[in-house]
Amino acid sequence: MSKRKAKYAHLPIGESITQVQSMLRERLCNQRLPDKPEGTEAQHKHLLELLRRTAIHGESNSVLIVGPRGAGKTMLLKCVLRDLLEDKEAQKSLLQVHLNGLLQTDDRIALKEITRQLHLENVVGDKVFGSFAENLAFLLEALKKGDRSSSRPVLFILDEFDLFAHHKNQTLLYNLLDVSQSAQAPIAVVGITCRLDVLELLEKRVKSRFSHRQIHLLSSLTFTQYLQRVQSQLSLPQDFPDVKFAQDWNDSIKTLCEDKSAEEALRRHFNSSKDFRSLHILLMLCLSRVTVAKPVIKPADLLEASRLCFVDAKANMLHGLSILELCLIIAMKHLNDVYEGEPFNLQMVHNEFKKFLQRKSNSMYNFEQPVIMKAFEHLQQLELIRPVDGSAAKTQKEYQLMRLMLDHSQIMEALQKYPLCPTDVKQWAMSAFG
Amino acid sequence: MKYFTRLRVRRVYKWRGDPLAFNRKLKTYDYGSLAISVEGLPRTTVIVVGQHILIEGEDEDDPYVAKVTRLFGDDSGKQKKAVVQWFARVSEVPASKLKLLGREPHPQEIFYYQGRVCEDEVNAESILRPVKVKHLDGAAPFPDSDDKDTLFVKMSWDSKIFRVVPSAVVDPASEPAPAFSPPPRSKPSLPPSPPCSPPAATPTSRRVSRRTLSTPEPAEVRCSWGSMSTGKVRSLEAESHHSATKLSASKCLSATRRKASARTPGVRKKLQLCSPEKTSPEDAMDQLLDQELESEMMLVQRLSSSPPQALHLTPHRKGHTAPASPLSHRLTPLRKAQGGRDAEDAIPIKPSSVVLQQLSETDSPPPASRGDSTRATTPSRRKEAKAARESALAVLVEVDNENSPMLPAATTPRSSKRKSALLVSSRIRKQLHLLNNDQVLNSDGEDEDEDVFVPSKALQSSSEEDEEEEEEELDSDQEVGAKKSRVGSRTPRSKGKRGTSARTPRKTPNKKITPSTPQTPRYATPIIPSRSLPARCPANVLEEARARLHVSSVPESLPCREQEFQDIYSFVESKIVDGTGGCMYISGVPGTGKTATVHEVMRCLQHAAEVDEIPPFHFIEINGMKMTDPHQAYVQILQKLTSQKATADHAAALLEKRFSNPAPRKESTVLLVDELDLLWTRKQNVMYNLFDWPTRRHARLVVLTIANTMDLPERIMINRVASRLGLTRMSFQPYSFKQLQQIITSRLNKVKAFEEDALQLVSRKVAALSGDARRCLDICRRATEICEHSAPPTPSASGLVGMSHVMEALNEMFSSAYITAIKCASVQEQLFLRAVIAEFRRLGLEEATFQQVFVQHQALCRVEGLQPISVSEGLAVCQRLGACRLLLLEPSRLGVLQRVRLNVSQDDVLYALKAD
Repeated sequence: MSKRKAKYAHLPIGESITQVQSMLRERLCNQRLPDKPEGTEAQHKHLLELLRRTAIHGESNSVLIVGPRGAGKTMLLKCVLRDLLEDKEAQKSLLQVHLNGLLQTDDRIALKEITRQLHLENVVGDKVFGSFAENLAFLLEALKKGDRSSSRPVLFILDEFDLFAHHKNQTLLYNLLDVSQSAQAPIAVVGITCRLDVLELLEKRVKSRFSHRQIHLLSSLTFTQYLQRVQSQLSLPQDFPDVKFAQDWNDSIKTLCEDKSAEEALRRHFNSSKDFRSLHILLMLCLSRVTVAKPVIKPADLLEASRLCFVDAKANMLHGLSILELCLIIAMKHLNDVYEGEPFNLQMVHNEFKKFLQRKSNSMYNFEQPVIMKAFEHLQQLELIRPVDGSAAKTQKEYQLMRLMLDHSQIMEALQKYPLCPTDVKQWAMSAFG
Repeated sequence: MKYFTRLRVRRVYKWRGDPLAFNRKLKTYDYGSLAISVEGLPRTTVIVVGQHILIEGEDEDDPYVAKVTRLFGDDSGKQKKAVVQWFARVSEVPASKLKLLGREPHPQEIFYYQGRVCEDEVNAESILRPVKVKHLDGAAPFPDSDDKDTLFVKMSWDSKIFRVVPSAVVDPASEPAPAFSPPPRSKPSLPPSPPCSPPAATPTSRRVSRRTLSTPEPAEVRCSWGSMSTGKVRSLEAESHHSATKLSASKCLSATRRKASARTPGVRKKLQLCSPEKTSPEDAMDQLLDQELESEMMLVQRLSSSPPQALHLTPHRKGHTAPASPLSHRLTPLRKAQGGRDAEDAIPIKPSSVVLQQLSETDSPPPASRGDSTRATTPSRRKEAKAARESALAVLVEVDNENSPMLPAATTPRSSKRKSALLVSSRIRKQLHLLNNDQVLNSDGEDEDEDVFVPSKALQSSSEEDEEEEEEELDSDQEVGAKKSRVGSRTPRSKGKRGTSARTPRKTPNKKITPSTPQTPRYATPIIPSRSLPARCPANVLEEARARLHVSSVPESLPCREQEFQDIYSFVESKIVDGTGGCMYISGVPGTGKTATVHEVMRCLQHAAEVDEIPPFHFIEINGMKMTDPHQAYVQILQKLTSQKATADHAAALLEKRFSNPAPRKESTVLLVDELDLLWTRKQNVMYNLFDWPTRRHARLVVLTIANTMDLPERIMINRVASRLGLTRMSFQPYSFKQLQQIITSRLNKVKAFEEDALQLVSRKVAALSGDARRCLDICRRATEICEHSAPPTPSASGLVGMSHVMEALNEMFSSAYITAIKCASVQEQLFLRAVIAEFRRLGLEEATFQQVFVQHQALCRVEGLQPISVSEGLAVCQRLGACRLLLLEPSRLGVLQRVRLNVSQDDVLYALKAD
């Protein structure tokens, strides 16, 4: 072992980098589960106890995990399941059904999925994929047959729980929750949702059957914790093959987190959202800038990554427009200023543009009507402008009312960065009146 | 359950002489005497009206004693019936009541029975032989060592008290026996007057009750057994129900006997079917409830103190479990006690035609020719009619060479009077053969396969249906009686089917399938695989409490819903007993125990059906939520009813047919429709059908519907549907805090896991919010968890769930997460919410576009000294808030133009942000 270690201790730098990247990528992208819950110990314990009672005592339960996106709801559940299944008894008896509101968009699909995941179709051959009504009766019958002490407990995990509430009559929810409230096969219904008002979506008879247990994952994370999290996410574990490299790497990460500019960038991220997923994206961008030549993450990398994250998508799109299109956008902006956001049509924009041309008396931008029309359509395709609802079909294109989908600040920002933007156009954009 | 044990003497019953009277309407012939000859013996015993006889009961050694009042048969000759006045043996009087006697009863003493409940019409073929009955003065000593066959009458017994009986009542000697001399060994003659006249009704007090009401009833109510009985007004149906049970009991007996000697179900003293006296359904229920708890003695005691009807129930029940149990034996004879009795040597006796005028007011002695027909319209008509019919049947039997169809006859008394009587009786005979098969001695070679039994039964009841129609054509006066009797006679019949011991084996599986598990396996049913290790049992008090508090753990009885239980129970029971149909609408907010109560009612009724207190019935449950489409209701009903699979349209047609056509041996169906509102369709034909079927004459369908809103019928139903639903409505009020507390306490059932205050807090909180029992139980359950996982109990905490735990659970469940969510939001998100409010204030509207809000947001950023964010970032912030539903947003494709609203009140936002 020590021999092995000694051998690995002198890994070439390139290999170490590869290992670091694969290890951290797995951590950041594959949502590898942390060894222990961080900041959610109470919720973890609550959920674990609840599911353990279902698995071992056969007690039916229902619970909702509620929290904003990226708060770690699914991670919490996965951690709990991992811990739960370490128990041999639970592992042997627990059946799991995973449903997702985005995949099982109606009860019919959900029922088929449930029967499939429970492997019930083996039991009754072709009966499973009969009509919807049969499926429902079939499943209910199956659940009804069971009883608390002898049947294997079934864990129903409903991801995007709120979407199930939009199914017709909430049949599936009613039946699952009804089973969980009656002496049938023991089931645990775990809903995962980010909607705080999810209970208001439930019909009252469905709501009454829900146990009203909610586990809220609302992280009251402070910035220091956030920084620690960043550090721990980037740090290499003790058992990294090249110990010296790991040491160096961890030291560099520590200095990175203490760096003023890096901290500022991270604070900006923290202010924007406490969502771990967006943090992971940021760190991934940093990580990808690590090379053999530069085997550490520098604050500059972090700043660059942060810039990439915060870049304005619409403003970027403006950079790719032609001068004519840009001019049309500017004309629209002026129209917006004059008419206080009232919709406009091509003709108005064209007139505005012509006014600009007359003042400048420069024929360089003199375009034919069809060309302008084409540019206008291009803008529409880019969804920088969109037609006003309802006025689409009947009117001619020239007179179709449009709205600008850009904020003034975005236009000005784009103009600043637009390569080789003519000064008169810039001035026109900045001037108060067309 | 078959009795091969006893060898019996086969007796042959024949009328002696020509009919004395003929009742045209009922088609019965009255006879003056009946000849009984024992096969293989030359002697013939003659039974005449007025004679005392022994009638076979459960106990071979102690047959029932009665006095013949009338003998009659139907025109087919199949049925032989006798109307009797019962006497009770000492053994038939409850031991506790014997004390009232104030002395040791003489072993040969019998009591003139004045109880009302006993049916006084017996199958003539249950008559064993005449017996000698002597009347003794109240003070007179019992003669020593008289021959063992003589019985003595001193007192009368009406199931409550003993009275001295005038010798005239007992002795047939002076009775207006027209053509016959009194039996040689009979006592002093019986003056005809007492039985005949209304005042004289005392001895035949049954008649009294039959005719009118209910002196006995109060008593009955009083002694009603269940804790729950509230002594409600009894209904006609209930009465008939009771009679039914009794009948079935006697049928039990008769069945056993029948096997032995093809004898009649004579023991079956039919209740006065036309009597308005009714037992309230609660009584039945109470009995049911108490049944297991009470010792036999107790039962007897109670019974004896209660009116005779009650009496019958017990024997019946006993009889059911142990068909020949001594108790039932004892009780049944009780009923009989009033009967006349004759010399027991029977054979040499000359029958006297003395008629005990049981049919006190209107009846003239049956032997007095043809009086019957005129009497038919009197209150007692029914009985006579029946007797007549039965006797007619008996005649038939005779013709048929003595293979007595008695049992079936008894079960379908009405059929005898019909033209189809022959048909019926032949069927009956088949049944009999069946029974006889079991009997070693009696099997006369006509063994029929058991299978025959069921069809025959079916046929029987179909003919019965016809009868019903026929009966409706009778004149109005009769019709009243007829209807009542129909009720009564039908119920006993069905009951008898089950009650009969011979049938029990076959019946039992049937019963099991129908009521308890309505869904028979339609196809290989899926099963959740069973676990390898059994679920662990609760280990400590808190776990135990938690298990008990789970909503699914159904308590033995639902506390706080007694009144509703009673109402539903009596409604359904009366419909079942009546064989009619009806609808009931039950409303109440979720978690108030609607479905649970109905289920409990059904459990009780099914239990009652199992012990034959009410006719068997199907219970079917559908749930609007558990089907994918309202029309699936048909499919599910049909499937549960007949195990047939069909498409919705076909199922509807089949059900329509089933419920509108008369069908053989149709059992009542109780249909529970849960979540009724989901069966709404545009044309409302599902609802319409559900409510229309019960109104059909042959449907025998009781529909219980459950929904949440009280005014559902008015709101969503069109008039013709609402009208059919009717006005039988019940509303479950949300539980009050006291009730909730009681519910928890009863569930915990002495498991001490909660502090009193804690319980009260939960119940008050829930009662104030919703009155939802589920919520209450869930909170308690959560509180036990919190308690379990909280820090190790300090000495003061005592390990019980206390206020703090409950408070925590309440907070968890009732507090809104919005404020916490705002507090936990990121800085930019909080800023955005502030910007939204600022923009709302500026606009004076509760709505703004993102663009407008964003301007505010940028300004706020500058104020706060933060770097302004880009539009994309702002949109992301906005979307996150929208996903949590702190904000309500338009679809995000609108970009900066999307409109924004707050989903929380501005005050909440400001509060959350300020506290930050």
